Amino acid sequence: MKLKGTVFKYGDNVDTDVIIPARYLNTPNHQELASHCLEDLDATFTKRVKPGDIIAADSNFGCGSSREHAPIAIKASGVSAVVAKSFARIFYRNAINIGLPIVECDAQIDEGDQIEIDFDNGKLHNITKNQSSDFAPFPDFLQNIIAAGGLLNSISGGKA
Amino acid sequence: MGMTMTQKILAAHCGKQSVKAGEIIMADVDLALGNDITAPVAINEFNKTDCKKVFDKNKITFVLDHFTPNKDIKSAEQCKQTRDFAQQMGIVNFFDVGEMGIEHALLPEKGLVVAGDLVIGADSHTCTYGALGAFSSGVGSTDLAAAMATGKIWLKVPPAIRFNLTGQLPSHVYGKDLILQIIGMIGVDGALYKSMEFTGEGVKTISISDRLCIANMAIETGAKNGIFPVDQKTLDFIKEHSSRQPVVYQADDDAEYEQVIDIDLSQVKQTVAFPHLQENTRTFDDMPEIRIDQVVIGSCTNGRLEDLQVAAEIMHGKKVAKGIRVIIIPATQKIYLEAIELGLIRTFIEAGCVVSTPTCGPCLGGHMGILAKGERCIATTNRNFVGRMGHTESEVYLASPAVAAASALAGKIVPAV
Repeated sequence: MKLKGTVFKYGDNVDTDVIIPARYLNTPNHQELASHCLEDLDATFTKRVKPGDIIAADSNFGCGSSREHAPIAIKASGVSAVVAKSFARIFYRNAINIGLPIVECDAQIDEGDQIEIDFDNGKLHNITKNQSSDFAPFPDFLQNIIAAGGLLNSISGGKA
Repeated sequence: MGMTMTQKILAAHCGKQSVKAGEIIMADVDLALGNDITAPVAINEFNKTDCKKVFDKNKITFVLDHFTPNKDIKSAEQCKQTRDFAQQMGIVNFFDVGEMGIEHALLPEKGLVVAGDLVIGADSHTCTYGALGAFSSGVGSTDLAAAMATGKIWLKVPPAIRFNLTGQLPSHVYGKDLILQIIGMIGVDGALYKSMEFTGEGVKTISISDRLCIANMAIETGAKNGIFPVDQKTLDFIKEHSSRQPVVYQADDDAEYEQVIDIDLSQVKQTVAFPHLQENTRTFDDMPEIRIDQVVIGSCTNGRLEDLQVAAEIMHGKKVAKGIRVIIIPATQKIYLEAIELGLIRTFIEAGCVVSTPTCGPCLGGHMGILAKGERCIATTNRNFVGRMGHTESEVYLASPAVAAASALAGKIVPAV
């Protein structure tokens, strides 16, 4: 799988409270969650985001609450992938479980950069900066979940 | 190479003699937890599968604690969906308003978790039960849905950091101060993906209530779990609350730890975490004057009876500072009743506090104590992120019930004396 998109760049410790504030957790509706995505960190995100855009961040992305509403809001916003230097563990598993592509990679990426991610070969190419970085592919077990389109598909043979 | 306590519990739950850090396993779940925010997402996912029944109606628990009593129509719909599903599936341990308490205070009290269990919960503070010698970890709603369907969870076996505790905490210093100090020391991703294993002679001096508080905040360092060895205090607690038999696991003598951190408990000081990260800790050796608007004493971190007793002792016969709103939230109905019987609730009300039904409410900015722009709160809760308790320009300071109670009387952040 290859993805190409324009980057929204954030810093360290982007917590799930700012990705989707608890005041909006009274609904599991994906589009409604997306309409408030990152609102408390970047009030303009929902107005600017376009399908295929990529979020890049520094370390510990998605820390805090286990709310799956956070990766759901990001995915339903049209974001195609999240790249970070590291992910908080519950966000990491939630993203894999719901089929939101994530990449752990220590690449130099800035707001507005165009990047291309080659998941099969573990390559991230920053088109704007003309720089390439490698990242470790997921273990086979996780690749199978991703290939199935999420955890429930992987356990129910694609019926979920 | 031997295994840590966490690794031993994981090995026993995936039918292996041994497991190694980094290995991915499919483990059997003894208890899977959801609440009124995370269960609806899980139920929607579960309903997409072919499953007509949950894997075991005794091993799933739902606690309606976050936005309850229902704060608005949408919250009411989420609770109704969870309630209807629980009834349809015959979920035995379903806790609605009247029976419910804050989930991580409620489950140990109801005896639903014992040493040796593997517990997953669609709530990040599920790591609390490590205090009882269980492996417990927060996961997402899809994980909960899969566990409801299959009784299994995928887990990457974590490496560990060992915290070797010696000595005893000084007076007015509690488990909350210790865990805040640890977070300040290693940072909010200092134990990312790892288990925090608390060991050493000092453990026996720490109460079960304080161990629950410490394990509860393991997630605030990014940890997968926090765990305490099982001792007589643990066994007495479990015997008092549960009819189930605990299984005691011990780390091997040659268990591998990525890091060992020695902590002399007698040197721990009253600690406050400043906005907007829990690692921004300060002691009163280095404390500017911080005036406050609100105080919250409660939550899964510090809403147990011992916490309320500490706060009531400080407030007894005194009045909260004029203009300060003080919200006391007993974490469960049982705690609430015991606090009434012990006269703690009278103390709080006479001091000028309000006392709420059990709810997670203000901790996550849900309801029952939301902050306006520019307001400051000192809270015994666990997170102080931007906008956590209300407006993005409000501030949350995290502390023990003792510091919160003393601050309520002073109108500014002060130590308990």
